Amino acid sequence: MSAAFVDKPFGTALAELGERYPQLVVLDADLQRATETALFQSRFPERHFNLGVAEANMVCVAAGLALSGKTAVCGTFACFISQRVCDQVVLSVAHCNADVKLIGVEAGLSSGSNGATHQGMLDLAILRAIPNMSVFVPGDATETRAILEYVVTHPGPAYLRVPRRRAPVLIDPAGYRFQPGRSVRLRAGGDVTLITCGIMLPRCLEAAEALQRDGIAARVVNMSSIKPLDETEVRLAAEETGAIVVAENHNVLGGLGGAVAEVVGETWPVPVLRIGVRDRFGEVGPVDWLAEQFEMTSAHIAGAARRALQLKGRLPHR
Amino acid sequence: MTEPTSMAAPHSLSTQIRRDILEMIYLGGGGHPGGSLSSVEILVCLYFHVLRLRPDEPAWSERDRFVLSKGHAAPALYAALARRGYFPVEQLRTFGQPGAALQKHPDMQRLPGVELSAGSLGHGLSVAVGMALADRIDRKDRRVYALISDGESQAGQVWEAAMAAGAFGLDRLIAVTDCNRLQVDGFIDDIMPIRPLEAKWQSFGWQIQRVDGHDPDALLAAFAAAQETGGRPHMILADTVKGKGVSFIENRVEWHSHPLSEEQYRRALADLAQTDEATA
Repeated sequence: MSAAFVDKPFGTALAELGERYPQLVVLDADLQRATETALFQSRFPERHFNLGVAEANMVCVAAGLALSGKTAVCGTFACFISQRVCDQVVLSVAHCNADVKLIGVEAGLSSGSNGATHQGMLDLAILRAIPNMSVFVPGDATETRAILEYVVTHPGPAYLRVPRRRAPVLIDPAGYRFQPGRSVRLRAGGDVTLITCGIMLPRCLEAAEALQRDGIAARVVNMSSIKPLDETEVRLAAEETGAIVVAENHNVLGGLGGAVAEVVGETWPVPVLRIGVRDRFGEVGPVDWLAEQFEMTSAHIAGAARRALQLKGRLPHR
Repeated sequence: MTEPTSMAAPHSLSTQIRRDILEMIYLGGGGHPGGSLSSVEILVCLYFHVLRLRPDEPAWSERDRFVLSKGHAAPALYAALARRGYFPVEQLRTFGQPGAALQKHPDMQRLPGVELSAGSLGHGLSVAVGMALADRIDRKDRRVYALISDGESQAGQVWEAAMAAGAFGLDRLIAVTDCNRLQVDGFIDDIMPIRPLEAKWQSFGWQIQRVDGHDPDALLAAFAAAQETGGRPHMILADTVKGKGVSFIENRVEWHSHPLSEEQYRRALADLAQTDEATA
């Protein structure tokens, strides 16, 4: 499939928002190139703080700024903003209900070149379990901008996984308005539903194309709002298609797959198969190679859809 | 209105607040007497003399901020807030009761006047740094105060905050360390020594003062000096006695967190009255 691309949708949008929202402040922990904050800093130097390799301090300083009326955006690699500062996020951000927006870059296998230590595959599981915390994973450049603007203009703690550098445009920005707890159905289909977020979205669209060639109509739902979750759309997927595959760039434990399975189990039990990293640590390598290695390609998603259909009983068991 | 209607002498106020602390821990079936009793004069000086605040308008936008980072001293904070008029003194008796706003550690969502939820040590000074940065952006002339403990200073995050405040030259940030020399497991020198604190803070670019943390005059002089000196953040190292005022609690490691039986409560009050008379 072909798509248009946008360069640095996050960093560009952040600087633009800085212009419109004077209460916006931005914090870094020595990963400014990854968090793309240079543009914001050059325009608003008095509202940018680089705390150095001191993520715990960064998160609590952000909370202090927020408790004094600022909207604080602070970011680093997804592995650090979740694992390294979990206690600071829970107490000083979430419990205090501070207006802090946590930014995670190079999430999951996206940080392929840095290897296992830098592949944050637990961020969604950790942050989703924290009261007061919203969790969003934009699926393309359009959503990155829209969700960033949403969190900047709505008080309260939020976590946002963002793409670094180039991101595709898969959702038409004209007329798109992000709403938490609302998903976007990008493809209609009644046989099986592929629910996804982030970089797995294009792979799910490819998988749906492949399934279509076999006469299987797969619905594709981009679920960028991990928490709050679009429970209505999840239930509709279960009720109307009877089989669900969740694909995410995250450990299969506790992320979007877990969130969907929780709702399905409590409302309309049907098979839910999860594509993601199967509870293991990552490896160094190009993103495409890693997708093969960890069985997270469009072919693996399509395969999971067929297995889900078998479980559902539509296709005969072998 | 920023001044309390009747400003009692710091000494008798401190004794009153110690009685409040003992009553709370007795009625609440537990709490942290040691670190609460050691920080009493510091809190009395702040809430009754130093802080610019409006108890009837806790969220007043021009108020000075006070961050209690050593959250286990919650009983001392609650007593200071109640005696200063933030909420009825009778509410102190709900400390630790099921569902009470006065939890064993401060909960800013539940109690007016509490600026930060605290209990996991090491966060508060960083938050205070953030508050001071916000004031700098907004060109506010208020100050940010923080109380940490010497045991807490074993946490690396304290020094991350120290480094940032020094680098940013946050001279409207005034921190106090309650140096009571003990931590949960024993004397700091035996568990993990952190001395010399003066040299450490100095090397991070802070202005240092060392005072007797139970001498209100010395504390007030230190706060005044800190307010008058620009260019650097301020650390007041306040030497205190853990459990101050109750002989069988003073300097006893087991009284970091401990309930009071009725007999112990009565003995503690008698003890406090005696110490009070001796020093009055």
